[in-house]
Amino acid sequence: MAASTTPTSGEKKFRVIGTRPVRPDGVDKVTGRAKYGADYTFPGLLFGKVLRSPHAHARIKSINIEEAKKLPGVKAVVTGEHLPGLKSESDQVGEIAMNPHYLSLNIFARGKVLYDGHAVAAVAATSPHIAEEALGLIEVEYEPLPPVMTVDEAMKEDATILLPELRNKVTPGKQTNIAGYLQLKRGDVEAGFKAADFIVEREFNTAMVHQGYIEPHNAVGIYSSDGHATIYCSTQGPFEVRSMSAKVLGMEEGKIKVVPAEIGGGFGGKTTIYLEPVSVMLSKESGAPVKMVMTRSEVLRASGPTSGSKIKIKMGCTKKGEITAAQVWMAYEAGAFPGSPVNAGAMTILAPYKIENTLIDAYDVVVNRPKTAAYRAPGATNAAMASETVIDELAEKCGIDPLDFRIQNGAAEGSPQPAGPPYKRIGYIETCQALKNSPHYKSKLSGKNRGRGVATGFWFNVGFQSSAIVNIHGDGTASVVTGSPDIGGSRASMAMIAAEVLGLSVEDVRPVVTDTDSIGHTDVTGGSRVTTATGLAVFDAANDAVRQIKERAARTWERKFDEVEFVNGNAVAKGNVSGSANTPITETGVAPLSLKEIAAKAARTGGPITGRANVNVRSSGPAFAGTCVDVEVDPETGKVQILRATVTQDAGRAIHPSYVEGQMQGGTAQGLGWALNEEYFYDQNGTLRNTGFLDYRMPTCLDLPEIETVIVEVANPLHPLGVRGVGEVSIVPPPAAVANAIAHATGVRMTELPMSPPKLLKALSKPKKK
Amino acid sequence: MAMKQIVETKLNGEPVEFICEPRQSLLEVLRDNLGLTGSKEGCLTGDCGACSVLINGRVACSCLVLGVEAQGKEISTIEGMANGSRLHPLQQKFLEHASLQCGICTPGFLIAAKALLDRNPSPSEPDVRYALAGNLCRCTGYDKIVKAVLEAAREIRAAA
Repeated sequence: MAASTTPTSGEKKFRVIGTRPVRPDGVDKVTGRAKYGADYTFPGLLFGKVLRSPHAHARIKSINIEEAKKLPGVKAVVTGEHLPGLKSESDQVGEIAMNPHYLSLNIFARGKVLYDGHAVAAVAATSPHIAEEALGLIEVEYEPLPPVMTVDEAMKEDATILLPELRNKVTPGKQTNIAGYLQLKRGDVEAGFKAADFIVEREFNTAMVHQGYIEPHNAVGIYSSDGHATIYCSTQGPFEVRSMSAKVLGMEEGKIKVVPAEIGGGFGGKTTIYLEPVSVMLSKESGAPVKMVMTRSEVLRASGPTSGSKIKIKMGCTKKGEITAAQVWMAYEAGAFPGSPVNAGAMTILAPYKIENTLIDAYDVVVNRPKTAAYRAPGATNAAMASETVIDELAEKCGIDPLDFRIQNGAAEGSPQPAGPPYKRIGYIETCQALKNSPHYKSKLSGKNRGRGVATGFWFNVGFQSSAIVNIHGDGTASVVTGSPDIGGSRASMAMIAAEVLGLSVEDVRPVVTDTDSIGHTDVTGGSRVTTATGLAVFDAANDAVRQIKERAARTWERKFDEVEFVNGNAVAKGNVSGSANTPITETGVAPLSLKEIAAKAARTGGPITGRANVNVRSSGPAFAGTCVDVEVDPETGKVQILRATVTQDAGRAIHPSYVEGQMQGGTAQGLGWALNEEYFYDQNGTLRNTGFLDYRMPTCLDLPEIETVIVEVANPLHPLGVRGVGEVSIVPPPAAVANAIAHATGVRMTELPMSPPKLLKALSKPKKK
Repeated sequence: MAMKQIVETKLNGEPVEFICEPRQSLLEVLRDNLGLTGSKEGCLTGDCGACSVLINGRVACSCLVLGVEAQGKEISTIEGMANGSRLHPLQQKFLEHASLQCGICTPGFLIAAKALLDRNPSPSEPDVRYALAGNLCRCTGYDKIVKAVLEAAREIRAAA
């Protein structure tokens, strides 16, 4: 079945937007020429390696680096001693809340190590092999402490404490592992449950999982003797790398330049720093450029996976299928330092529905695991596993089709959001209807041990700050410069938006992603914000260029600015019937001037034409997705095969439909991996036991079927092009959809992720209770 | 440290000699010694396929092969796939079908797909999925990759 595009709105006609050109950076990527972080090399380059803790929780009694320094070829050895101590305070970097004290402690442990893989020291040497050897010569004396691996253990009254200074608002003055608590409340849940005919109450446990980007973290640090530093690295947020590294290193922000390399996947995991400041420390110490690249094992042990979680949920509805109340208790693993996405989990878990009575309690809990980082719709997927499976059960009890049940209770324009003002125009109902109308959902599924499941999901999508420059070249072509690393084809969209406004073909617009010295502040490539916010900056910058083009035409014609229009790439004197430069006779008697003609004469009409824009988009474009999967369960082994999958998603407006489909398919694949296989497996000592792709098992193309897509386009009323952002929400429904499909295939309701063969087999062998 | 060795190979059709340490992987030699950074390091355990090259026409993870093992062998990397500035049909179809997002796995997929089409010009969809199962992609869900390979096979057959 071919992927299809079904716009449900979008009367506006576009020339470039909505087409499928080849991406401008494509050739470099299929020929191996594209330069990723690890591909950079410089004269005199040294190679850096990190020594990591073998313990989940231990006191560092001593570190001796003297022997390592003596090894021939070793040029620098550094530890946490070389970093300034930072005050514990709450700080905000773009959308990321960050405490510099904890950020610094994650770069290098001081006093205690808090997870298996926590960085302790680093070496730079003339070859990676010598650096590796030198790590073995660093002597660290540890005093092991009991590891605290789960939220249950960490929340106990007498739990071992990870961070002695950590306090929360609920129990002030008391040491704790609970770093944060949020309550969201509306109506009266008790009354709501009294009004319910059916109530379902379940408890869910989901495992910690990793983003699984194929490119490991990397950085090349070059410290210059004038006190400046340059960092080349693969990152979603070069400006965040700059500000975070400056904080950790005690440098002024303006003295660091970050050059974003091509990025080999991130999914949220490359929005913070690990190697970046260390490469600068080693470069400063050695006087040479230092390249650092993590191994896969380091990525899994010591970058930022997303939280495992425990979620208790109770929902009630009437016989007619109206949800009357929902109550949620949720606790997410933050990792070794505060900051799980539990608040986002709390704000998303009931977001697709209009429910009068809700109560949500959410806990951010530190445990001896790596500090979590963002992962595609952070916090929402775990949450949806709980809410979307319980909703399936309620629909089943009512005897209502699960999509009809969702449509009946679904949020629409004016419905209250769990946190924030009522929704503007959103496309939840349309997304459900698109799934209901899909060839997949309309098809019959038959066969033993087979089942179909659906689920839906919500993600906020953000706006925030972006900058863009549009340069009009002398030959009438253009370049568009932004600070948003292109993680999935966004450069194509930027070129398309500029081409649309300028009346150019997309081939005549070259998009460039530049460094932190060359463009205004731009927040992370994350929160599905690039096409929305950076796209808006490009739209505004292109319009700024158009304004200048009109000024040049007005000057040439000695007319007023207001008397000039810009139509299909031509400046036209108002009253002209034709927009073509080739029709010199017009009603006004003034021949139109093409962009090309104006660009060629720019030097004589006022100099170069450069459009600029800086935006801070305070609104968001809420996005919804729906997933339908067919599964076959092998009752002998507990293995689940995905037979068919369809995803529908509200994109607002699809600028480049192929890359919108790509986001939908990619998120679905990650969600299916999360559903069936992926998990962090720690032993009782808190040592991670699956530190490679062999046993951190991500889906291969043999595990997945074709992923059918239906793009829904309910334009975002707050964006001039209607864009909502598309990067994240498709990961949210798949685990719940698979759980629902398994339930319909076997009668067993799964409450654990992943639903791997051993777990499913165990559940299947339990006596069934209704 | 063992003595460095001289290794003679044919690399992307040209005779190439290089000097390497016996402990260096072929991937490391390609990237660090020869500057061919198109082959990518994703795992160093042979699980992700981002470093795939052809050795005497067979796909291999260059991270699992020592540089010195390349002695007397023909090695093909992504840098040698296009015919001058004319892209291989697989490369062209990957572009047209939007089969790459971040692009880090793309060289490995192209190499594995080329090995498949070289030995089986008419693969079925399951053939393609089987042949590419040693390559991990985290961005695309594989859908557009599989379609591009099938489409390239059709085009190569039509041109033959």
